[in-house]
Amino acid sequence: MSGKPRLTYLNGRGRMESIRWLLGAAGVEFEEVYLETKEQYEKLIKDGFLLFQQVPLVEIDGMKMVQTRAIMSYIAGKHNLHGKDLKERALIDMYVEGISDLMQMILMFPFSPPDAKEKNLESIKERATNRYFPVFEKVLKQHGQDFLVGNKFSWADVQLMEAILAVEEKVPDVLSGFPQLQVFKSKMSNMPTIKKFLQPGSPRKPPPDAHYVETVLKIFKK
Amino acid sequence: MSTKPKLYYFNGRGKMESIRWLLAAAGVEFEEEFLETRDQYEKLLQGGSLLFQQVPMVEIDGMRMVQTRAILSYIAAKYNLYGKDLKERALIDMYVGGTDDLMGFILMFPFLSAEDKEKQRVLIVQKATSRYFPVYEKVLKDHGQDFLVGNNFSWADVHLLEAILMVEEKKSDVLSGFPQLQAFKARISSIPTIKKFLEPGSQRKPVPDDKYVETVRRVLRMYYDVKAN
Repeated sequence: MSGKPRLTYLNGRGRMESIRWLLGAAGVEFEEVYLETKEQYEKLIKDGFLLFQQVPLVEIDGMKMVQTRAIMSYIAGKHNLHGKDLKERALIDMYVEGISDLMQMILMFPFSPPDAKEKNLESIKERATNRYFPVFEKVLKQHGQDFLVGNKFSWADVQLMEAILAVEEKVPDVLSGFPQLQVFKSKMSNMPTIKKFLQPGSPRKPPPDAHYVETVLKIFKK
Repeated sequence: MSTKPKLYYFNGRGKMESIRWLLAAAGVEFEEEFLETRDQYEKLLQGGSLLFQQVPMVEIDGMRMVQTRAILSYIAAKYNLYGKDLKERALIDMYVGGTDDLMGFILMFPFLSAEDKEKQRVLIVQKATSRYFPVYEKVLKDHGQDFLVGNNFSWADVHLLEAILMVEEKKSDVLSGFPQLQAFKARISSIPTIKKFLEPGSQRKPVPDDKYVETVRRVLRMYYDVKAN
């Protein structure tokens, strides 16, 4: 039996992608099981794997963990990516939660009705440039350090990096007003574990396509 | 200068209520500033107090904390309501994630049309009785202990009690198939800090009414057209 964490999700980004990023950044190898049919999903429920009948599911250290945030908090804590004390943890949590709100808009985007897509894309651009990116631009400018919190690589840096790349896929020039974030992005890309995760052949998943959307609806729609 | 935490939010439940519950459960006194006008909100924004331009915001230990989950995590850890190690914390996080999702269905309820409210009420009860309550019923039954995690009072217990009471407000006999949860509810309600919070005159907020909805809409200029899940 492998000691590696095992991820169960669809073969696509969704809510599991942030977990893949974090494990990747921590240099932790993992296995993946892909949900392709409703029957597979129903069997997982029947066999008692999914506490609240939902994925993501991550089998790790003898636990069947569900709830994305719980999973990431555990991984961050285990791999020293959650700050050195309660106050650093509070900062990391605030930053991660803010970024997660932005990521939620991107998560839901492929499922918007066709006539809402342009409006939703505009919202993502607006939020990124007016609400979220300015915060992190300012944080980095004010302390002049390489990392968001405590002068040390943390979960917050991984999450921000993921978000920058995800928004850039939709709005390619989104960082044009954010010089600090451009430097941040470049530094993060060169960190060995992240560099590896960004290479072809890594567990990183491509942007969701029509097939992914179709699979989600097929498996989860009642 | 007071060293009590200070909560900035509307005079109503919303996302701040879980924070009120947790502080109260921990026996921590706190102050509140209620947002009533658009001007107040803009002043907070201009003053740079709201990291992502949103409330809840809690001034605590020299920080202006935002993001409900971050605030709750900080309070839980500070007051030893977050388990004794990483694995207990993981369990607490999982359980709180569940009750948070359940309460999420109730959060937007006051903003729905009358017709959507009926549909949502049915959904809330269905999710509670088929997805969430059975999990906690089983956890309690399997270990036979008074508290959800580690035989110790934690954030998970506070959050579950809050969720139970909120669902009961939508259907008063919703616990009828859950004997463990009934006993749990009685037990946790009689913990002195929680008992005090459940008494009239505490800082617990009532079920949101039309005035609350109107205030939120006016101050935030949002949530005018909210649809059921």
